[in-house]
Amino acid sequence: MSARHTRLSGLEPLVITPELNFINIGERTNVTGSAQFKKLIKEDRYDEAVEVARQQVANGAQILDVNMDEGLLDSEAAMVKFLRLIAAEPDIARIPVMVDSSKWSVIEAGLKCLQGKGVVNSISLKEGEAPFLEQARKILRYGAAVVVMAFDEHGQADTVERRLEICERSYKLLTENVGFPPEDIIFDSNIFPIATGIEEHANNAVWFIEAAKELKQRFPDSHVSGGVSNVSFSFRGNNSVREAIHCVFLYHAIKAGMNMGIVNAGALPIYDDLDPELRERVEDVVLNRRPDATERLMDIAERYKRGTRDSGLGTRDEHAWRQLPVAKRLEHALVHGIDQYVIEDTEEVRRQCARTLDVIEGPLMDGMNVVGDLFGAGKMFLPQVVKSARVMKKAVAYLLPFMEEEKKRNGDVGKPSGKIVMATVKGDVHDIGKNIVGVVLACNNFEVVDLGVMVPAQKILDTAREQNADMIGVSGLITPSLEEMAHVAKEMQRQEFRIPLLIGGATTSRAHTALKIEPNYKAPTVWVKDASRAVGVAQSLVSKELVNEFLAKVRAEYAEIRERHKDRGPGKKLVSLQHARMQKFDGDWDNYAPPAPRNPGITVFDNYDLAELRDYIDWSPFFSAWELSGHYPAILDDKVVGTQARELFEDAQTMLDKVIAEKWLTARAVIGLWPANSVGEDIEIHIEEGRAPVTAHHLRQQADKPPGRPDFCLADFVAPKDSGKQDWIGGFAVTAGLGMEPHLERFRAEHDDYSAILLKALADRLAEAFAERMHERVRKEFWGYASDESLANEALIAEEYRGIRPAPGYPACPDHTEKRMLFALLDATRNAGIELTEGMAMYPAASVSGWYFAHPRSQYFVVGRLSKEQVEDYARRKGWSVTEAERWLASNLDYDPE
Amino acid sequence: MDADWKTRHGWIGPLEQSMNTLPYLNPDRVAKLEQALSQRILVLDGAMGTMLQAHALNESGYRGERFGAGCDSYHDHEHGEHCARDLRGNNDLLSLTQPHLIRDVHLAYLRAGADLVETNTFNSTSISQADYGLQHLVRELNREGAKLARAACDEIEKENPDRPRFAIGVLGPTSRTASLSPDVNNPGFRNVDFDELESAYAEAARGLIDGGSDVLMVETIFDTLNAKAALFGIATVFDEIGARLPIMISGTITDRSGRTLSGQTAEAFWYSVAHAQPLSVGLNCALGAKDLREHVETLARVADCYVSAHPNAGLPNAFGGYDETPDEMAKTLAEFARDGLLNLVGGCCGTTPAHIAAIAQAVRDVPPRALPQAERIAA
Repeated sequence: MSARHTRLSGLEPLVITPELNFINIGERTNVTGSAQFKKLIKEDRYDEAVEVARQQVANGAQILDVNMDEGLLDSEAAMVKFLRLIAAEPDIARIPVMVDSSKWSVIEAGLKCLQGKGVVNSISLKEGEAPFLEQARKILRYGAAVVVMAFDEHGQADTVERRLEICERSYKLLTENVGFPPEDIIFDSNIFPIATGIEEHANNAVWFIEAAKELKQRFPDSHVSGGVSNVSFSFRGNNSVREAIHCVFLYHAIKAGMNMGIVNAGALPIYDDLDPELRERVEDVVLNRRPDATERLMDIAERYKRGTRDSGLGTRDEHAWRQLPVAKRLEHALVHGIDQYVIEDTEEVRRQCARTLDVIEGPLMDGMNVVGDLFGAGKMFLPQVVKSARVMKKAVAYLLPFMEEEKKRNGDVGKPSGKIVMATVKGDVHDIGKNIVGVVLACNNFEVVDLGVMVPAQKILDTAREQNADMIGVSGLITPSLEEMAHVAKEMQRQEFRIPLLIGGATTSRAHTALKIEPNYKAPTVWVKDASRAVGVAQSLVSKELVNEFLAKVRAEYAEIRERHKDRGPGKKLVSLQHARMQKFDGDWDNYAPPAPRNPGITVFDNYDLAELRDYIDWSPFFSAWELSGHYPAILDDKVVGTQARELFEDAQTMLDKVIAEKWLTARAVIGLWPANSVGEDIEIHIEEGRAPVTAHHLRQQADKPPGRPDFCLADFVAPKDSGKQDWIGGFAVTAGLGMEPHLERFRAEHDDYSAILLKALADRLAEAFAERMHERVRKEFWGYASDESLANEALIAEEYRGIRPAPGYPACPDHTEKRMLFALLDATRNAGIELTEGMAMYPAASVSGWYFAHPRSQYFVVGRLSKEQVEDYARRKGWSVTEAERWLASNLDYDPE
Repeated sequence: MDADWKTRHGWIGPLEQSMNTLPYLNPDRVAKLEQALSQRILVLDGAMGTMLQAHALNESGYRGERFGAGCDSYHDHEHGEHCARDLRGNNDLLSLTQPHLIRDVHLAYLRAGADLVETNTFNSTSISQADYGLQHLVRELNREGAKLARAACDEIEKENPDRPRFAIGVLGPTSRTASLSPDVNNPGFRNVDFDELESAYAEAARGLIDGGSDVLMVETIFDTLNAKAALFGIATVFDEIGARLPIMISGTITDRSGRTLSGQTAEAFWYSVAHAQPLSVGLNCALGAKDLREHVETLARVADCYVSAHPNAGLPNAFGGYDETPDEMAKTLAEFARDGLLNLVGGCCGTTPAHIAAIAQAVRDVPPRALPQAERIAA
């Protein structure tokens, strides 16, 4: 039964098969082996300690050894805390853990934290058979493998015979008395130092290797392991030589049968890469081949000493690719997004080609195809593709005059794959995603006519006709845009269009497209999930071979969604408005003293310091804008997208430096704090004494909740009029997007979409950071109810403060039109330079507006679905017709309006 | 080689040297179960909750006579805040207050063709019952739950003595997780630990065994560490009584990421619980049969014990209901069976006796999955 593989697990399995050759057990998360890790744990710097674990995994550790045996530590507590923390890190927790301690209580505490099958390191016969058996039984019951030390009542084994004797006795006890599976037994038969100058130590490595060979033969299902760094102990301070010793030692020990080891994963050189002289002398020491071996190694050791731990890999010539043939150079430049030489390389090819078009259709398209393939295979990421596009655009721009020239001569034109007219729909100004899609399509030889933002349906359709486009793509981010897209579809039908309509943008969905857009238009209507899908969809639509099958599939999918929607059961029923009101949030108004603001009324901020905002940026959404998924800062070390994330982040920092130093953008804000009281779902706001109040309208959840869990409405967070208490509400509008246009224009002129998109994404982040910063200042200064608050940026991002700042159009107050009121209260257009479009989008797009609530238990929530009863009530309050209310609340309706 | 193989399958025959050296509590019933498993695919029951929902019980329906006055009138205790808690939705309590309803559900599934029924004890741990202030009922809920299931089996066996039926004592996931922090800002925090879970599960297991369960099943496992605590607790109880029951284990792949809630793949999950040497391992809940397929395939490939699947009736729709019809579900599961993936099959959320009847019909003539080890030895 040689196939009894050891099967361990973290979040993912680790099956130890002979093909794996050698299992690296990461050693750096060990307080006895790493001074750095010990310092981090002792100083309670667990965040950094977790990073050490992450590095070990990134460097190839397949099992993570965790040891907290330090006299001054509460080792059990430290073990539990660390294991729980790494359990929350999927890139670390994916590998199994080795719980390493000489104290049983620490091991048991560790085992109680492992959901996977880990390894215990270690048990031994040191204290006799009874505790050994008891511990082994428990380990089996916890579900872990075990390392057995070659140690018994008489001491630690040092000779080959003693090693075999103790291991054999342990094995018999484990398998025969306890029923331990042989494959879950790992022998650690003691790696002792060599080259210590003491003669008895000279043969230490040889004995270990011989014992390993014998153990593997006698117990083929079990494993041989050990702490490798012990062997080179005498060379501490000289890591190059130590690593060479480890490498040579492992080379021989692995050949003999050792197949696991605790090593500094990532710091192991390759045997063949070792300097031959060093290797020979190390080998002499490890194999004890000559009496003067130690001295001879000492003689040359100094030469290999390095001050710091560098990678040891020589500096590769970064310009080696310049020696390649020109077509390969272009491919390299496209794949790596290097635009430095693209003009001269393009010119070189052009001179070799009969037609200029051949340059594009030949080497440039070949290079872009490589980019496309890599992107499709998940080996390249969006920021890289956009950079590739920049290179491509530069090359094409250079070639255009030559092509015009040729065209004049012989009327020859190249044909792109297809032509698409794209636009962000009327009322919406968000275009980062659309621009990325445009770039990606252009890279794939589509001709893109981009109409920009806030484009009325008729203009889109007229352009498509004029340009004889093959398809139309519309995009939008805010919910009213969904309505506008449905309108575009209706108009296309009415005006007898036949070309496909592509739908994209953050609020769009397959279901919405299937239910609300596609039925309006007979020609193909396709939802495009993200930029990476856009090419596939567009190519399928223009391909004679693919189009029918593709459309049949899409249509069937949408039909199924509609069918399912139609058949949906009664579902979770909403409660009546009356019922929901009975369950309103109770602010405990009798015992609540609403804090009065220090600076009531309006406060305006012109030219806010961008450098101050920089520290408030939440970077995670920045990466998701580029379709890199993960949280900042962990994403920088992500094993899949880390490199790209890092590169993008560096580009962002460089640009941000310029944005701040050269004042590319202007940040403006206005805030207001006014007396207010709630009346039902309305909030009455008193701007001036003696004048009638202004009313803000809100919506209430109608979910069927158990008693004690309120059906929230934002108005609940303001003291009701009949409480007799004077409460307050705040409003704000901030922007960081003013002054961006000239820079975008400049980038466009340079064919640099990458920088244009980057700048827009940064402006968005700065606006969000500005909103966060203003909220903080409002809490601490202007309203001043939390003047002693002190929170780090992570805590701000995690909203660990008192009070909320919900924005109209978002889940707690989904009606976008409330912005009109808010803007009027703040006079936001004059005070902050922000305009409101007819679709209720803010321009510049990099703007944020919303309300401030100060109640200590105010919280974000999702209003969710609304009954017709509430919609009618809301229409009455707003002075709207029910139809108008249904139009603006379309995404929240629990019913199909007539 | 043969002896070695037996060693690894503690539940199959007498053992010389395994963790499971204890004798079975009911060797005859285990023998019948093993015989049935070697011959055909056995059918598990379907959802309990879905069936109970149909009765649309109100608060007093849940309370019955015993709790009608406010709190447990059989329980001598100091009255306090916990007495007044809402009990509606505590389905497990119906084993005490409306036992005939539970019995009827069991009978309906048995008549539909289920070989095994699951006790109405999904939330009968002190951790989950604490939400209702009813921790003191745990042993009773489990015991009565097991009795009801076993009594229903007896009644049907009387009608058809040739076909044995089995009561599975169910241990649910509890309302807390030992590997996950409930506080996103504090990843090291836990609101329950291994020791608490172990003793809660041990207490529940005692009740299930008292009530006559034939098998214990740790199911709907979101977090493998909870399951490991359950298995540890069960082993402790077996030690106490000096005998054991076969164990079934069923995990939950929570979404299309293909992982458990605590992040494990199906294969990693199996390696984490294999030390309990269960009768079967499988997956249930969260996904419909179609989405569960690749993960059941994984288990069928790596597990050396029997494999089970009891999926939901499709993915929940927008309203939290389930749409897959008996025929659709049976068709998909029959494919699983024909591809040699299954030894036990049934339904979870949204399934009804009609689903179980259709599934039973669909897998009736399909041979069960062969144990991989056995195959290798034969070859």
